[in-house]
Amino acid sequence: MENVIKELEKRRAEARLGGGEARIAAQHAKGKLTARERIDVLLDEGSFEEYDMFVTHRATEFGMDKQIIPGDGVVIGWGTINGRMVCVFAQDFTVLGGSLSETHARKICKIMDMASKVGAPIIGLNDSGGARIQEGVDSLAGYAEVFKRNVSASGVVPQISVIMGPCAGGAVYSPAMTDFIFMVRDTSYMFVTGPDVVKAVTNEIVTAEELGGAITHTTKSSVADGAYDNDVETLEQVRRLFDFLPLSNREGPPTRPFHDEPERLDARLDTLIPDNAALPYDMKELVLALADEGDFFEIQEAFARNILIGLLRIEGQTIGVVANQPLHMAGVLDIDSARKAARFVRFCDAFNIPILTLVDVPGFLPGTAQEFGGVIKHGAKLLFAYSQATVPMVTLITRKAYGGAYDVMASKHIGADVNYAWPTAQIAVMGAKGAVEILYRNELGDTEKIAAHTKEYETRFANPFVAAERGFIDEVIMPHASRKRIARAFAALRKKKVDMPWKKHDTIPL
Amino acid sequence: MNKMFSKILIANRGENACRVIKTARTMGIRTVAVYSDADARALHVKMADEAVHIGPAPSAQSYLVMDKIIAAAKQTGAEAIHPGYGFLSEKAAFSAACEAAGIVFIGPRPRAIEAMGDKIASKKLAMAAGVSTVPGFMGVIRDADHAVKIALDIGYPVMIKASAGGGGKGMRVAFNDAETREGLALSRSEAQSAFGDDRIFIEKFVAEPRHIEIQVLGDNHGNMIYLGERECSIQRRNQKVIEEAPSPFLDAETRRAMGEQAVALAKAVGYTSAGTVEFIVDSKRNFYFLEMNTRLQVEHAVTELITGLDLVERMIRLAAGEKLALKQSEVKLNGWAIECRIYAEDPYRNFLPSTGRLTRYRPPPEGVRRDKTILRNDTGVYEGGEISIYYDPMIAKLCSWAPTRLAAITAMQDALDEFEVEGIGHNLPFLSAVMGHERFRGGTINTAFIAEEFPEGFKGVPANGNDLDDLARIAAFIHAKIQERAAQISGAIPNHQRKLGTDWVMTIGTKAITAHVAQAALGHNIALDGGNALLVSSAWQPGQTHGHFRFNGHELSVKVFISPKGIRLRRRGMDILAQIRTPHVAALATLMPVKKAQDLSKHLLCPMPGLLRVLSVKVGDTVEPGQSVAVVEAMKMENVLRAISHAKVRNLNAKVGDSLAVDQLIMEFE
Repeated sequence: MENVIKELEKRRAEARLGGGEARIAAQHAKGKLTARERIDVLLDEGSFEEYDMFVTHRATEFGMDKQIIPGDGVVIGWGTINGRMVCVFAQDFTVLGGSLSETHARKICKIMDMASKVGAPIIGLNDSGGARIQEGVDSLAGYAEVFKRNVSASGVVPQISVIMGPCAGGAVYSPAMTDFIFMVRDTSYMFVTGPDVVKAVTNEIVTAEELGGAITHTTKSSVADGAYDNDVETLEQVRRLFDFLPLSNREGPPTRPFHDEPERLDARLDTLIPDNAALPYDMKELVLALADEGDFFEIQEAFARNILIGLLRIEGQTIGVVANQPLHMAGVLDIDSARKAARFVRFCDAFNIPILTLVDVPGFLPGTAQEFGGVIKHGAKLLFAYSQATVPMVTLITRKAYGGAYDVMASKHIGADVNYAWPTAQIAVMGAKGAVEILYRNELGDTEKIAAHTKEYETRFANPFVAAERGFIDEVIMPHASRKRIARAFAALRKKKVDMPWKKHDTIPL
Repeated sequence: MNKMFSKILIANRGENACRVIKTARTMGIRTVAVYSDADARALHVKMADEAVHIGPAPSAQSYLVMDKIIAAAKQTGAEAIHPGYGFLSEKAAFSAACEAAGIVFIGPRPRAIEAMGDKIASKKLAMAAGVSTVPGFMGVIRDADHAVKIALDIGYPVMIKASAGGGGKGMRVAFNDAETREGLALSRSEAQSAFGDDRIFIEKFVAEPRHIEIQVLGDNHGNMIYLGERECSIQRRNQKVIEEAPSPFLDAETRRAMGEQAVALAKAVGYTSAGTVEFIVDSKRNFYFLEMNTRLQVEHAVTELITGLDLVERMIRLAAGEKLALKQSEVKLNGWAIECRIYAEDPYRNFLPSTGRLTRYRPPPEGVRRDKTILRNDTGVYEGGEISIYYDPMIAKLCSWAPTRLAAITAMQDALDEFEVEGIGHNLPFLSAVMGHERFRGGTINTAFIAEEFPEGFKGVPANGNDLDDLARIAAFIHAKIQERAAQISGAIPNHQRKLGTDWVMTIGTKAITAHVAQAALGHNIALDGGNALLVSSAWQPGQTHGHFRFNGHELSVKVFISPKGIRLRRRGMDILAQIRTPHVAALATLMPVKKAQDLSKHLLCPMPGLLRVLSVKVGDTVEPGQSVAVVEAMKMENVLRAISHAKVRNLNAKVGDSLAVDQLIMEFE
């Protein structure tokens, strides 16, 4: 008995060393942690249950029979984050560069299957040189098995990808189909084709960091939802995000004790909107004022900054927020902001997360760049996403809600449950100046008359009351009472139930 | 007996207007506020019974326009005008215009303002009244060469001052010819934009001087008293920051001598309201007349706290023709009062003005505190209000009173630790640093205190020794609370909830501290680095931005901010960020590379929001360290931006007249 126990201990110790001490040192020298170290940071202390520690590949060609390392370059298992279950796989760059073999893929699939069955989120920590070339099509088949499971788990359990090293070629498509991608600054990159291929094909000279680093993907491509300075910080922030998410679509979002009065009044909000309608203000101040304890997890902070998305809690329960940000491009809707928000609205709806929409939108951005880029279809994504959502939805118009953008931003007509407006709201087809220029085109030369018409239009429409008279706005509320009113609205909507007609799936304008 | 006014107008804004409104209200007098476009939502407008709009934001088009203010008074039927301080308070023409319009000016007669308003004329008058004065040149300076000649005659160092000046504007000290030339130009231009009068004079700069001033009060019936002194030696660039009454330096005899000279001067000009005679006092208690301020002073509150008098009430009564209600022998000074001016400025960026929205403004509660000390906070802002670029960047004047100086300082320290201001930069940590400074506590101060004790600017108070232990203990307590709450999230696997460990490692700056944290009935027992456990208790809960933490028989007041980067604690001018992790994760965190901050030495960034007034270099110019390369005007002050190293100008990214934001790129160097 003693001998076999010793044998197990020896085998475990071997497996835990992964690619060996020299490779671990090399990984550390790059400022990166090993797969098991990352899992230790991500999960509650002592909660990790590892599976398939002794799995090895069965390839023999190209000298692979001499490179057999237990675990085969990926660590899988489950553990807890603040006591809630999560399934994890972490690629181990110290073992054959974290390359994906048939067995490596099979391990990932195993833990994904478990996650879907038991209703636990999946977090993947990616750090892989790519396909195990020695295995050829077996490796490609492995990728595809993972892709298929990503899709089947989509909307069933939340899936989070953390890119903590290279992630190139076909490997990018697994993270691409998950709900969130986070990257580590300076040590991670993602691209379909790398700098060498780019140069060979297009003659473009570009570094890996420029082509697919954290800055590129958080500011330009919007592939990544956030980036942090190092492995530890990134994993700590994933823990923070995890606490907002439900475990699966079978459950509501989690709740936790809160220490912030739901009826808290905030007098400073009465002066948030500047006297001059041409001046911007920071919508994030309102978001933070509404959130429990001012805690807001922002998603895609550096991309399409004219719209804010993220998660907060009200009365301890997760709420998704979509808010126009007047500080950037006057909060206008455009291709990027519509795509950013649409995807988030669908995520919230899929996982029973109520949606709060804060509106100050002057309309859609005009111009050839937008029209050629297909703003019609991209804008439609946001309209579609909101119209389709059945979770509780509360909308607050703080200032402008003009034209089609008014309809799109979770208006009453497309399914929001409670629609509030501040007294500063202006709900109209367009701003008074633009409207008068169309209505009184033949009087444009007469500045006095135009000024009078503008004043008349403003008086009639630059307020929330026309919409309130029609019931499109349920109530005009005092800014300082916003948290209280919104908390009560969501409380009333907790048991909301909507039946949708049966369909195989919709045909969203992708 | 004269009839008391039924309605007065306050020709001022902000804290200052609010202060006058408060007293008027207690006297049953109705109040009229005036406001510019920028102040439509200001507190003084909300507080007053009526408000009249008087024009655009720049004060030259609103608060400084006499006609508009007198028209506002007539329109509202105000019988008197209180000018506050600054703006029109020391314009003889305004006092005269009020008189001509049949409105009582709550302040001295035009003649007295005029006599004292010009620094040169007032000095001559003071000499004639037997008041001790500083050697200097009384004539008007013609040009830079003339200035240099005069400076050489007097002997360096010299003080260059605006004749019409006040509040530190248009004042410069020069130690050599070059500084005299530069100082003259800057003082002139500042004086012109601040007072519309660019006359300058030069006098001997008294080394190691203390600034001590005497409060006087006179009626229309020839009676004049003094209400003791205020020491205002804690100044930055000649702008008072901290004041106290009485002065820790004066003996009874010097106090009486200064008081009597102040009264003599006031009497000589027929002074009839509250006024202040400013002196500089050298280390041997020689005192010299500096100037007389013919108005209420910003720092009047410390005198009120030690005399029990309401100076605004006295001014109003005297203006209504009442006789002084007390004689000199009845003036009693009781205890010690300290005032801290809380400015919207960033102490970590060389005190540059900061403007914007006050997203948080929570002063400590006023009144008598548990320990019998008194707190008073004179303010003109509110949470959600705006600190505008157009006016003085003062947020509030926080005053403490206690029987002794040290007790008043301690009360002030506690109050500063409770005072929450966010959204803009502010000098709270700097004020805390001064309150905790040994030299300040010892009272051996002079007007060079800040320059001498903070020669490299303010970098925050370092947290060391017991202070660091205290903060570490509090951080551990907060961390435990946060983790305990996090573990209570719904949806945990039954019987497999997170088991929190008791050992933690925290990183504060470059220091690593281990903490053993065990829950107890009344809080948490916390031991640091294997030392003795202390019971820490507090009602603090996650989300609160301030807490009181009790241990070791003390109660510490701390500002708390939780961010993804860690737990930030602020107290007594210290500002620390603690990252707390399990020992295992903390060990892994030490493997993480330290990210280098961006190299900004090749860029000149705008340090504050303001207007680019001067660009003194062009592309290709070579600059030397310390060379002035640009001037940004903000808050009525011209701020000279200098090159920090020998470099060549590569590109100019802004042009004169541009309105610049903080950190906006002005130029690049090669």
